[in-house]
Amino acid sequence: MKKLTLSLITLALAGVSNAAFADTLRMECPISPGGKEYCNYVKDRFEKQTSNKLEFIEFPAASDEKLALLQQLFAAKDEKAVDLFQSDTIWVGLLDKQTLDLTDAVGDMKGDFFPGPWANDTVNGKVKAVPAYLDTGVLYYRKDLLEKYNEQPPKTWEDLTRIATKIQEEERKAGHKNFWGMIFQGKSYEGLTCNALEWIDSYGGGTFIDEKGNVTINNPKAAAALDMVAGWMGKITPKGALGYKEEESRAVFQNGDALFMRNWPYAYLLSQGADSPLKGKVGVAPLPAGPEGKSANALGGWQWSINANTKNKDAAIALLKILTDADSQKMQLKYLGFAPTRSALYEDKAVLEAAPHLTLFKEIFANAVPRPATATKSQYPRVSNAIFNVTFKVLNGSSDGKTAVADLQKRLERVKGKDWH
Amino acid sequence: MARSYQQRRRRIAWILVAPALLLLALAAGWPLVRTFFFSFTNAMLDNPSEYQMVGLANYYATHDGDSSGVLVDPLWWQAVGNTLWFTVVSVGIELFLGMLLALLMNQNFRGQGLVRTAILVPWAIPTIVSAKMWGWMFHDQYGVVNDLLEKIFGYQAHLAWIAEPSLSMWAVVIADVWKTTPFMALMLLAALQLIPNDLYEAARVDGASAWQRFKRITLPLIMPAMIVALIFRVMDAMRIFDLIFVLTSNSEATMSISGYAREQIISYQDMGMGSAASVLVFMMVAGIAACFIRVSRLNEKEKR
Amino acid sequence: MKTTRRQRKFAHNLVIYGGATCAVLFCVFPFYYAILTSLRTGQELFLPAYFPSGYHWSNYVTALVANGIARSLLNSVLVATITVGICLLVSITASFALARVQFRGRKFLLFTILCVSMFPQVAVLTGMFELVRFLGLYDSLGALVLSYTTFSLPFTVWVLTTFMKSIPVELEEAAIVDGAKTWTIIRRVFAPILAPALVTTGLLAFIGAWNEFMFALTFIISSDKRTVPVAISMFSGASTFELPWGSIMAASVMVTLPIIVLVLIFQKRIVSGLTSGAIKG
Repeated sequence: MKKLTLSLITLALAGVSNAAFADTLRMECPISPGGKEYCNYVKDRFEKQTSNKLEFIEFPAASDEKLALLQQLFAAKDEKAVDLFQSDTIWVGLLDKQTLDLTDAVGDMKGDFFPGPWANDTVNGKVKAVPAYLDTGVLYYRKDLLEKYNEQPPKTWEDLTRIATKIQEEERKAGHKNFWGMIFQGKSYEGLTCNALEWIDSYGGGTFIDEKGNVTINNPKAAAALDMVAGWMGKITPKGALGYKEEESRAVFQNGDALFMRNWPYAYLLSQGADSPLKGKVGVAPLPAGPEGKSANALGGWQWSINANTKNKDAAIALLKILTDADSQKMQLKYLGFAPTRSALYEDKAVLEAAPHLTLFKEIFANAVPRPATATKSQYPRVSNAIFNVTFKVLNGSSDGKTAVADLQKRLERVKGKDWH
Repeated sequence: MARSYQQRRRRIAWILVAPALLLLALAAGWPLVRTFFFSFTNAMLDNPSEYQMVGLANYYATHDGDSSGVLVDPLWWQAVGNTLWFTVVSVGIELFLGMLLALLMNQNFRGQGLVRTAILVPWAIPTIVSAKMWGWMFHDQYGVVNDLLEKIFGYQAHLAWIAEPSLSMWAVVIADVWKTTPFMALMLLAALQLIPNDLYEAARVDGASAWQRFKRITLPLIMPAMIVALIFRVMDAMRIFDLIFVLTSNSEATMSISGYAREQIISYQDMGMGSAASVLVFMMVAGIAACFIRVSRLNEKEKR
Repeated sequence: MKTTRRQRKFAHNLVIYGGATCAVLFCVFPFYYAILTSLRTGQELFLPAYFPSGYHWSNYVTALVANGIARSLLNSVLVATITVGICLLVSITASFALARVQFRGRKFLLFTILCVSMFPQVAVLTGMFELVRFLGLYDSLGALVLSYTTFSLPFTVWVLTTFMKSIPVELEEAAIVDGAKTWTIIRRVFAPILAPALVTTGLLAFIGAWNEFMFALTFIISSDKRTVPVAISMFSGASTFELPWGSIMAASVMVTLPIIVLVLIFQKRIVSGLTSGAIKG
């Protein structure tokens, strides 16, 4: 009897102590439809593999609100709030101090991922995030209209301008009154910085700030790029484009009122939806090149990061490894429609069968250009703010390319001070 | 006997005010004192416990011939201009329309219950929703506003409400007037309710016209309530942020002073500058409110 | 040429009904548009329309089921009701003192109370966040009740004070002569007369607490404790850029309906007819 009680007590104690060592990790679950299924899949795997539990929390979709919330939580040094979260591409440098150094844990995975995003997630040689999914700017065009007017998808901006002007004129003559040649996101927000990066880099004008941290924007090529776009306003681009974010610009293209559109890949699936008037009529291409033959598309997407204050580093890293392995990325594609970041998956037959549009995007993803966020660390918001406000001025006619880039150079150097921190 | 009664009332008065004061001092006092304090430091949002005192540097400082601080930032002054313009225009329109609505709701007519309810609908919709909705309604190609302009007035220009800085401030005014006129109307209506009907009767018997009745009876009697409503509307208009942010994002041309403070604190993590901007906002609003209160006191004295 | 009584009455009615129609159209049209949008799906959302082309109730189903609006509705009702209750209670007593009793520092107190409302919300946010965590209220509805009550107080106190001031002293003196204590005076004499002001400030404070977003977003992180505005902001399409406009509008319609019902119930009290009678006596 005594032996039984003793063993029972030992068992109970072992059970208790096991429970005591089992931590509850909190992970951010994407709020898109399909998010719950994906998160349950991750939860199953995680809880089977380790003895810890997984809980989910949700953040608002809007990038600004999410960042503000995260920063409040970090300021409060709350380790219970979230252990794993998705960081926007441009936050990696900003959240450098609040994220765990992952170099030792995942450094060996470097070769599996596209080099651009991986480099973006490395701050001062330390890996601070692992790319979760990819996004980049692409050029959408109306296949049917280009065919009708015997044109090929443009390879240079000059081509694009010429084709857009011609087809817009013809379409309007034919009675399509509200037709526009080129649509992009021109509102004063981060998206305009992406667009500006694409124009300026494709002209050979650099990426505003190079990897060493020098401000490189004041050059005639950058000025020429901005002047080109300013020339579109009111002619092949409606002035209202300066008030468009992604959805407002997609509305114009989706309604069939635009020939070209620069947007993120998400618009492609929506344009091929069942009730879409554009089904089968949309083509995707890398953005046109500038006069020197270089094409640039901005890198976007999200990365997984670990809160530096997390209680259980090992469990968190285990979870991160689960989230970023090939199977999870396939599930992510299936449930959420997110493009994978592992380069091998773009050769995988099963993946390409499930999502044939990925073949269109692979080359474009591979060459994505990141914004200078990692180099400018916590001052990136000021940098981006200066960039989009100056660009906005050029586009609405209150400034021209030459003055604007000189002005931007001064502003960025003032922000930099002695060095980026 | 009268004197001790007054003394007792005074003591009771303090007891009656105590709960409100306590709540405000504890819950509101801490954030406000903290804001004042941080405006004299160089704290950052991600690490508020590490900072140094920098005196007035966030407000105004010069070194090496270069000046820094909120008061020297041209963007700040642009924001002040935008905010003042917005406040005057928006509150002016709201006062006028609110007055008309209040007078309307004060009448007895069939269906008045429905009208009173309908008028509160704009105030009832969450701002984040109504702001985005107005954003869509102002879309230059597919928005309802441009569509109606075309259908009703034949005006085909597809105005770029959100893209043009001058038009976008008007878009913000329209959206704000739509949303907060009910507030003014309700406040003025409650004030109208306090005016006894026999005053109007007597005036009508004396042969006064509707306008004279309004000017001589209505206006003076609702003046205290009107001034309170104005004070709160002006304070809210001076602190406007979300409508402008949703409609025009971070554009420098349409930024408001609250938007400036928010940008410093949240986007740039700079708690020092952001708190200094907030304190400046407070001082501006306090100054304007004090003027209104002075006008109100003068008005009261006149009545006596 | 004198206008006949009938002609004048006709003109009077015309002005009133015309004005009423304009007012209702102006106020309700965007809401009507929201309802329209909530009944459309997919491609239709991008084009302007003024009449429903079909009735797609799927948006409502999505909003209720997939996004749990029902739970957030409950939370919002709870928070808003408690806020208004505490706010009005505290304000009535405070405004009685501030309006009817001459004591030193009264004007200063009134102005200080007003000052609370003069700071931009963002400045208050980080401080309140610290306070809420300090009191252990983080991630609980109590945090919202505390913040909403505190920041609605200046408005309710000021409005009730103003209305109390306009009640004639004779009424009060009559009650005092009858031997009533201060609390009885408040309850029996002032509260009924103030009914319109009370209902108005109560409604406005309720709606303010109902629609508040920033504090609700920052102080509550669990999905089952969310209030309505934050729940709506969590609606997302398949990507971060896409806004499921149809379900957002459906959710907004569902969320505005309780308030409309509330107003319908209370709107008679906004224009209570008690005033003239009481003052004459």
